[in-house]
Amino acid sequence: MPETIIRHASKTAITLMAFAIVFTSLMAYVFNVTKAPIEQSEAAARMSLFRQIMPEHMHDNDLLKDTVDIPPNPLLGTTQTTVANIARIQGQPTAIILEAIAHDGYSGDIKLLLAIEADGVVSGVRVITHKETPGLGDYIDIAKNNWIKLFDGQSLHTYTEADWRVKKDGGKFDYMAGATITPRAVVSAVHKALQYVVQNKQVLFTAQINQQPSAQAEKK
Amino acid sequence: MSQFTEIAYNGLWKQNPGVVQLLGLCPTLAVTTSVVNGVSLGLATALVMAASNGAVSPVRKFVPDEIRVPVFILVIAALVTMIDLAIHGFAEPLHKVLGIFIPLIVVNCIVLARVESFAAKNAPAPAIWDGFMMGIGLTVVLAFLGGIRELVGKGTLFSGLDLALGPQFKTYILTVIPDYQGFLLAILPPGAFLGLAGLIALRNWAEIRKTKPNVAATGALKPSH
Repeated sequence: MPETIIRHASKTAITLMAFAIVFTSLMAYVFNVTKAPIEQSEAAARMSLFRQIMPEHMHDNDLLKDTVDIPPNPLLGTTQTTVANIARIQGQPTAIILEAIAHDGYSGDIKLLLAIEADGVVSGVRVITHKETPGLGDYIDIAKNNWIKLFDGQSLHTYTEADWRVKKDGGKFDYMAGATITPRAVVSAVHKALQYVVQNKQVLFTAQINQQPSAQAEKK
Repeated sequence: MSQFTEIAYNGLWKQNPGVVQLLGLCPTLAVTTSVVNGVSLGLATALVMAASNGAVSPVRKFVPDEIRVPVFILVIAALVTMIDLAIHGFAEPLHKVLGIFIPLIVVNCIVLARVESFAAKNAPAPAIWDGFMMGIGLTVVLAFLGGIRELVGKGTLFSGLDLALGPQFKTYILTVIPDYQGFLLAILPPGAFLGLAGLIALRNWAEIRKTKPNVAATGALKPSH
């Protein structure tokens, strides 16, 4: 009796294994075939996001390869090392593209991608992911509203410390009635990220020059 | 009715997964915040269902009864992974819209239900047709539910079409109610339950009307028990 059970069980197990092998191989094959196209399309998607926040003439280097690791920093709201991209023209850093996270949104983290020029001016900001209320707080998303473009061209010089707030709190940034917490979080996150870049300018913009060093004198 | 017509009728009306079988409610409720979202996920589900029914049916005689569920789940999960990879690799814009929904199809019980109750007992051609028509039946429900929620919640129809098909389709987005302030309840999860309840009621009403034409015509419909 136990013999038949064992024989039956092993027969069934072999069938299951055969299916597992066939379908795992199929998946492996598809994974291999699609690997290169997926990498390409992800790189293209990333580049098109970069182009939204930074004009193309600001760099002549390969942004995706010219990276610098940024350790976790409270000003950026990051808890893990993030990778920032450096834009250069003839080896001279012109801007940095980095991530920042706002933890004080209405629901969950708001992940931002910022392009900040070497002179501390915001080139552009986009919200990458958020879970704000649809129809209320989601106007920070470029797909819904142009609100996020309010940051373009601003810096710690154009707006004072007190200006970097929503209008309700005495600052310069517009917001929409019904959702103040969301823009407040975004404004503060951009402000802090800007402070981080200005404070760490030396480190960020001189680190790891992959391109040929320019013969020109360094512009300060 | 030929076998194929009957399968189509079952999928679209009689055994509709969305409003009769009430299987696969996770995506039904979660993603139907707009017509485009609903239809996109519906079509992806139809594709997966046709593929999984088509994959299981030819090998149904080799699958011992005791392990049919693990085998079916393996097949479905593998197919979904492959379709996800293929869409990601060769149709990036579509993946942007559907990306987060496709892995959800694995846990959609309507897929396993059709494999188990139809593909495991029928020849490949009807099995594929059954998977596809069940998927289309679900798509129709998702489209209506998405339409109701989008219209009531945002006052628009087909928003996000440009994300799914390309920027040139932006002109097809209809603003049905201009200057609409929005009705958040419809967009949030409770709106999905309310909308689905409405659709189920509507379908039941139509079914009753059809089976009892005389009573319905006079409007003297009484409770049957």
